[in-house]
Amino acid sequence: MLQINSSDSHTISLLVANKPGVLLRIALVFSRRGFNIESLVVSPTQDGRFSRMTISANGNPSALEQIVKQCSKLIDVVQALEHSDAEAVECELGLIKVNIEKERRQELLVILDHFKAETIDITQDSVIFRMTGTGLQFDTLMAMLSEFKVAEVVRTGKIVMARGRELT
Amino acid sequence: MSKKSINGAEALIKCLENKGVEYIFGYPGGAAIPIFDALVDSKIKLILTRHEQGATHMADGYARATGKVGVVLVTSGPGATNTVTGIFTAQMDSVPMLVLTGQTITPALGKDAFQEADVFGITAPLVKHSYLVKNPNDIPRVVEESFYIASTGRPGPVLIDLPKDITSAVCTAALTNSEMDLPGYSLPKDPTDAELDAFAAVFKGSKKPLLLIGHGAVISRAAKEVKQLAELLCAPVTTTILAKGIFPEDHELSLGFLGMHGTAYANMAVSECDLIFSIGSRWDDRITPAKIERFCPTAKKLHIDIDPAEINKILVPDASIVGDAKAILKRLIPRLKPLKTQDWIDTVVRNKKRYPLKYKIHGGLHAQHVLSEMNELTNGNAIVTTDVGQHQMWAAQFFNFNLPDRWLTSGGAGTMGFGFPSAIGAQFGCPNDVVVAVVGDGGFQMTECELSTAAIHKLPIKILIIDNKYLGMVRQWQELFYDDRLSGVDLVGNPDFVKLGEAYGIKGFRIKRPADVKRILKRALDYNEGPCIIHAEVVKEGNVFPMIPAGGAASDMVIEAPKRKMEKPQGST
Repeated sequence: MLQINSSDSHTISLLVANKPGVLLRIALVFSRRGFNIESLVVSPTQDGRFSRMTISANGNPSALEQIVKQCSKLIDVVQALEHSDAEAVECELGLIKVNIEKERRQELLVILDHFKAETIDITQDSVIFRMTGTGLQFDTLMAMLSEFKVAEVVRTGKIVMARGRELT
Repeated sequence: MSKKSINGAEALIKCLENKGVEYIFGYPGGAAIPIFDALVDSKIKLILTRHEQGATHMADGYARATGKVGVVLVTSGPGATNTVTGIFTAQMDSVPMLVLTGQTITPALGKDAFQEADVFGITAPLVKHSYLVKNPNDIPRVVEESFYIASTGRPGPVLIDLPKDITSAVCTAALTNSEMDLPGYSLPKDPTDAELDAFAAVFKGSKKPLLLIGHGAVISRAAKEVKQLAELLCAPVTTTILAKGIFPEDHELSLGFLGMHGTAYANMAVSECDLIFSIGSRWDDRITPAKIERFCPTAKKLHIDIDPAEINKILVPDASIVGDAKAILKRLIPRLKPLKTQDWIDTVVRNKKRYPLKYKIHGGLHAQHVLSEMNELTNGNAIVTTDVGQHQMWAAQFFNFNLPDRWLTSGGAGTMGFGFPSAIGAQFGCPNDVVVAVVGDGGFQMTECELSTAAIHKLPIKILIIDNKYLGMVRQWQELFYDDRLSGVDLVGNPDFVKLGEAYGIKGFRIKRPADVKRILKRALDYNEGPCIIHAEVVKEGNVFPMIPAGGAASDMVIEAPKRKMEKPQGST
């Protein structure tokens, strides 16, 4: 039976045929019910015939149940499921650029070290670093960065995987 | 070359032949010429329509009347966009249809080439599935998959977009036994015994059960099982408008169809039942209120549907099973026992007698009179198609069927222009049946160009035009809810439909007086050399009752024309 968590924040994992047009059909299901997609990650699985899509969206649970069923109904969708936090691990990657004067750089690096974020570009007045973690960790980091000049944030969006030997 | 090679178009037509396709309803154009060329040497009969929308409704009518997949062939661009309404109509009513669209050559895709439209994109929300073929060797597999998808599970339209360079290129793939590649498509698993036991337990103790039968039961051909179930439980049966005839409408337990313009006694039963069991209906907004908690508030709700996405969509039932109606009923019936329903049956039978559907014979010609006489004369044996509007509701009220597959109407989509072309398709599919197209003066004028198609093939369709010179359903709403401020409903300038028919060489009859109804309908039914038009000029301002204002519950039903002004309804339409 389909499980949908009771909050308004949802992450759905879909196994789909790796074909043109699949994304269009899935996007139509979300837009028809007025759901805004927060993030969307698509990549081929180890079997190249299929792709894995991870979609995060906000909306009420009963509408989401319909959306998951409507996605499952699409011929090109092999499976569509929502995984709860207890059953799945989640991760996302982001690149963050901070414009910063030399004097405060050390202060920033201490924070990044705490979050295990990796510096990948440094100039006289800017730093780009790579952050991996959960959505919550991103939110905490962003709160800490509020006193710096954050120039750009590019996030991949959330991916999830079922815990243990269970398949996603 | 030693062996004659074939191109993609020829492969396509061979595959359609192998699938048993008898007719293709189509309209040509540049990008589809290779496919039309392949049809020259085929045993498949091409029915040239006068508009692509007509082709889709013909295929739809053919599919609904025969249960086979209806096939449409059109060209790219405007040819394909003209099929959109027909695809939507088929999708909403779960009709198996295959739509083949020509497309510009693949190197020109996305470059605004002549008659190039993104047909895959335009139709994506309206189809069960679709393909844009980019390799001629994929054609046999795509056809195999399309028929399977269109006709199994919950049926629906499938579209294949076929670029001209692909249909022109050599196809070397085997044309038979193509292996399907559909890892994401499976039919529901059979329910377990435990599930069926739990479902059956919900019936226990019900004193006022009601069976609500929908189109899913018609598609599943479950008429026999529905009758067994009703008689075993001693439960009255109401149907959706699409399922008319799945249960004999002359049966004591039949309440006819429910909903906005359904019978008073069916809607009363909905208000009063203590258990409602939907078999293949989707609790559509024509039969349930906008505030769903007002629907059968004290009744237990049971639901079987082949489409998992219909479960919990409108309401959360007390129990549900996903699967084919016939297969489930066969296993469910042995688990059920007769219910003690005598008082309930007495009530519903009393309501049937007290609140019958009625109409006037005097004071001008009334549509209901004409339809009721046509029903008497055809005795439930004719295939009746309708358009959309007042005449459709009156036809649903005054035609009675004891068989499914006799009644073809556009329910979910409510497509005006459906009635006449769908009758053409039905007559092709069922050449030995009497086919009556009941149409309004509004809807008929949307697809009347198909008079040529009917005339050329000498199809003996009875085109019964209920002409009140208004777009009557909208006029009725404006009268009842908008202070009679009529806007955009006056069909002044209607043609003389008998003369219009004459221009096509079609026989015409005219009914103006109540006294002529029976005599003229008889003459029309006796005329079988080709189509005929029966132009019934009815009173202009008839209204359809009973009526549940849109969004209202069964208890909000208005049985007869109200004396006081009505409040604007909450529902959308």
